Amino acid sequence: MTRRPHRVAEGGRIARDRPLSFTLEGRTFSGFAGDTLASALLANGLTLIGRSFKYHRPRGFVAAGCEEPNGLVTLGETGRTTPNIAATMTELHDGLCARRQNGGPSVDFDLMAINSWLAPLLGAGFYYKTFMGPRRGSWMFYEPFIRRAAGLGRAVHERDPDRYETRYEFADVLVIGAGAAGLAAASAAGRSGARVLLVEQDSLLGGQLLSRHLKDRCETWRGAAVAAVAACPNIRVLPRTTAFGLYDGNMVGLLTRYAPGQPQSARGEAREVVTTLCAKSIVFATGAIERPLVFGDNDRPGVMLASAAQTYLNRYAVSLGQRIVVATNNDSAWSSAAELARSGAAVTIVDQRAEVAAPLLELARQGGIAVELASVVTRAFGRRRVKGARLAALAGGAERTIDCDLLCMSGGWSCTVHLTSHTGIKPTYRAAIDSFVPGALAAGHFGAGAVMGSFGLAQGILEGNFAGAQAARHAGFALGAPEPDPDHVQVLPDEPYNLEIARGAAGKMRGKAFVDFQSDVTTDDVTNAQQEGFESVEHLKRYTTLGMGTDQGKTSNINAIGLISTLRGQAIAAAGTTTFRPPFTPVSIGALVGRNIGHHFRPIRRSPLHDWHASNGAAFIEAGPWLRAWYYRWAGDTVASAYIKEMHAVRSAVGISDISTLGKIDVQGPDAAEFLNRVYVNGFAKLPIGKARYGVMLNDDATVLDDGTTARFSETRYFLTTTTAQAGEVMSHLEFLHQTAWPELQVQFLSVTDEWAGMSVAGPKARAVLALAMPDHDFSDATLPHMGCRELIYEGGALRVLRLSFSGELAFELYVPADRGTGLWELLLTRGAELGIRPYGLEALASLRIEKGHVAGLELDHRNTLDDLGLGRMAGRDKVYVGRELRERSELKDPQRWSLVGIEGLEPDARLRGGAILFANADPIHGHGRGYITSVTWSTVLGRFIALGLYQGGLAHQNEEIICAFPLKNEIVRARIVSPVFIDEQGERMRV
Amino acid sequence: MNTGSANGPTGNERMLKIVCPNCGERHYTEFRYAGDATKSRPRHGSADLRAWHDHVFLFDNPKGAHREYWQHVLGCRQWLVLERDTATNTTGRSWLASEAAPP
Ligand SMILES: [Zn+2]
Repeated sequence: MTRRPHRVAEGGRIARDRPLSFTLEGRTFSGFAGDTLASALLANGLTLIGRSFKYHRPRGFVAAGCEEPNGLVTLGETGRTTPNIAATMTELHDGLCARRQNGGPSVDFDLMAINSWLAPLLGAGFYYKTFMGPRRGSWMFYEPFIRRAAGLGRAVHERDPDRYETRYEFADVLVIGAGAAGLAAASAAGRSGARVLLVEQDSLLGGQLLSRHLKDRCETWRGAAVAAVAACPNIRVLPRTTAFGLYDGNMVGLLTRYAPGQPQSARGEAREVVTTLCAKSIVFATGAIERPLVFGDNDRPGVMLASAAQTYLNRYAVSLGQRIVVATNNDSAWSSAAELARSGAAVTIVDQRAEVAAPLLELARQGGIAVELASVVTRAFGRRRVKGARLAALAGGAERTIDCDLLCMSGGWSCTVHLTSHTGIKPTYRAAIDSFVPGALAAGHFGAGAVMGSFGLAQGILEGNFAGAQAARHAGFALGAPEPDPDHVQVLPDEPYNLEIARGAAGKMRGKAFVDFQSDVTTDDVTNAQQEGFESVEHLKRYTTLGMGTDQGKTSNINAIGLISTLRGQAIAAAGTTTFRPPFTPVSIGALVGRNIGHHFRPIRRSPLHDWHASNGAAFIEAGPWLRAWYYRWAGDTVASAYIKEMHAVRSAVGISDISTLGKIDVQGPDAAEFLNRVYVNGFAKLPIGKARYGVMLNDDATVLDDGTTARFSETRYFLTTTTAQAGEVMSHLEFLHQTAWPELQVQFLSVTDEWAGMSVAGPKARAVLALAMPDHDFSDATLPHMGCRELIYEGGALRVLRLSFSGELAFELYVPADRGTGLWELLLTRGAELGIRPYGLEALASLRIEKGHVAGLELDHRNTLDDLGLGRMAGRDKVYVGRELRERSELKDPQRWSLVGIEGLEPDARLRGGAILFANADPIHGHGRGYITSVTWSTVLGRFIALGLYQGGLAHQNEEIICAFPLKNEIVRARIVSPVFIDEQGERMRV
Repeated sequence: MNTGSANGPTGNERMLKIVCPNCGERHYTEFRYAGDATKSRPRHGSADLRAWHDHVFLFDNPKGAHREYWQHVLGCRQWLVLERDTATNTTGRSWLASEAAPP
């Protein structure tokens, strides 16, 4: 790599007294505070910044701002690695560490550059043609190669140690962009007293003014305008902040990057902050982006936007060439050329227009600039660095080559309309400037300056003033005093801006003429796409990948649309533009997520008994938002061995488990009985006080919503439990029915899930444990029969005892206020120790119910009906309940529906698996089968694997042999359909 | 809670905020959406299968002014009827679902 220092001896907005050191692929370079990574690399003479996406052609910087298509680097190391960052937007800081991308083994020596020779294979629609053809397996074959060859930087798997934040803010007036128009708008709005927020993606305010020479008269105006904004107490300025999206409700997404350097997480400093801003009115002052010209090999390093070359020279004091060709079709490049000439370079302007305004010619004459009118550049020469340009007169005649070391191009300016169209307002094409401008602005939205297609500086300031005042008025603030007219607003007279539409001299071009640098799309690709019928700009985009890179086609959009319009012989206005969507520039996932990572992503709910579980050997498992005790170490070191021992303890003696996570709803009121009777399929109107009942509720469409038990403690007071998973859903459902359908019923609901700790004592010795623990109370079958419930006093507080069984054993559910849960739990364990009481976890709890054929969350998936789950008999024949009518649909009565069955493994050592697909014995093992397994357990009673599942036709196939296929493990297991109640079908064990 | 605009609140300023009759203007993320509130639920116990079918399964998807059920789940837990423009997200009046629509 040959390098030549390019830093100019003086000038620029860099702090020469603050040198900074940084590395590129481990090699150390130096720059100054105020540099971007791009300007510092260019100052060090490094012009090759990467290899192109498809063809691996050498590439250099094209731009100096957010539109940069080529200059993407990977920043940071290990967890901080961030790929695809535009070096032109990266402020230099000491110790910055960057890597170039997309070159192998290195960007300077790239084996993949052979792709240039394969170019005919990689044209438009390459992916579609190669991988959707008759050879179906071809993607499988090519994928690893393509993935390696294509693509940009790589993300890493390490955790990002930095902190990111999200926040909300409000403003009366938001001004987006702090160029001349934005500064004027913010000042004008600020004078009204409105709370103004001025956001600017750059670290400095001034926009294009920052690219002017420091001694330019505009710098005086800029200084004064920035000072005025800073002095206004109700204007807040956010530099380094990109407004990346506009959303409904005047909400704007802002991304603020931390000042250069490493943020101190320990001090709470964030690397990036996403702000959701709600503004009453918005001023768009987002400016415009210069367009490249399309000619042969226009992607060679050293071919650059004219405004970018001017920026590097004036702002960063980097001179990029001594012999410069400026190719253009418009006026603005002439002032860039004049600035470049002032640095001492020999400059030639090549303008495709036959005539230009006299002041431009005078400007060129003063700068000693050679002028070639009615001419175009058809090709760039040089490979790793531009060496010359081929010139052709439009009138014809011999072409000639002139040497150059910098080839600037300017195809006019595209208004930065992105944000204004994010909410769906299509931009409209204005031929005079060959650009789209914002369509109608929504109420409360205002625009000023270049974004509106008003390119003059004085015009921008004028419009900014006006828009700022209008925006303040819209937000409810009277206009401030009229704009004072001190000297500093006396700026240059408006510069003219004329352009002739440039579509490239297609017939004369040789080499690859790139339309989109980042996506490696050439004029040939666009032409091919058009010939193959992909004419709409939206189709063209997807077929060629044009505009689909991280730069989202900021420099390529108009040139591509212009080209396709020319090919179709159609006006650009008719072709339209592709849709602009957020984000304007890439936003890191970290910034969007902010602090919502790890456990902050979803708060964990813990049972009131959690601490006891944690200090007594429980292993935990996440169940929805809950962290539940899964199994206990006393029973084994792995869940597979532990839950079986825990189940055995319950079946043979007694166990205790935490059921605090069940949803609990307090239902009260004179009409509570009537209300419950309407929502449950089975009758609740006649439930006696002191009794509990199992109930099932349906959705309106007759699928099962939830099940649970409800206990009646008085005439008007019920205690309703839901499954853990559906607690919130059931609560809203009850409220919805009450408030929207039956407001006349006098009933109220209160969620008391967190108020009560719950525990289930289950097993043949359960009653004996309660008697030992609370000898003052009577738990006999006479006082507390099966499905009985009582309110008792425990240590001066409430204790609710429900004799219910989920496991099929004699069992009691005990509820006490949450803060007394651990006390009661420990009491039961201590007093019951002599009877062998043991805690059991969620795995054993779920397995015990499978042996009993009780359905749970895995079966209650909102797709199954009562009959599917074998619960059809619960519904009263003449009873009215929610979902009754739609239950009568003939489709739901189809005997071939998949319904609940028990499944018993026939091969003693082969395990059944949840999710296994069920087939009849004679079926080919292919496709979706006749059903699937929902829940599996090892049955300690039967000594084999058993399962619940859904099977076509259900229990009509009882005792038939079936096949359980588990393709993920290539397993096929023989099984038999049996009753889902595997043990104690008469329910005698729980009635003792 | 009003926006203080001289011109009165515009649609823009009200979008994505919902006025709860109990709690005032709140961000929409405090609410849960439940669909079309222009339809009336068949009477409890109605055996008209067609009416239930239409109520449960057939929805218009209007572009523009609409009335929807929203529940203030992170507030007073009341179900509201809310006027919302589905094309612009502009929200309008709201009232308790248990009460009659205001005139
Ligand atoms: Zn509320």
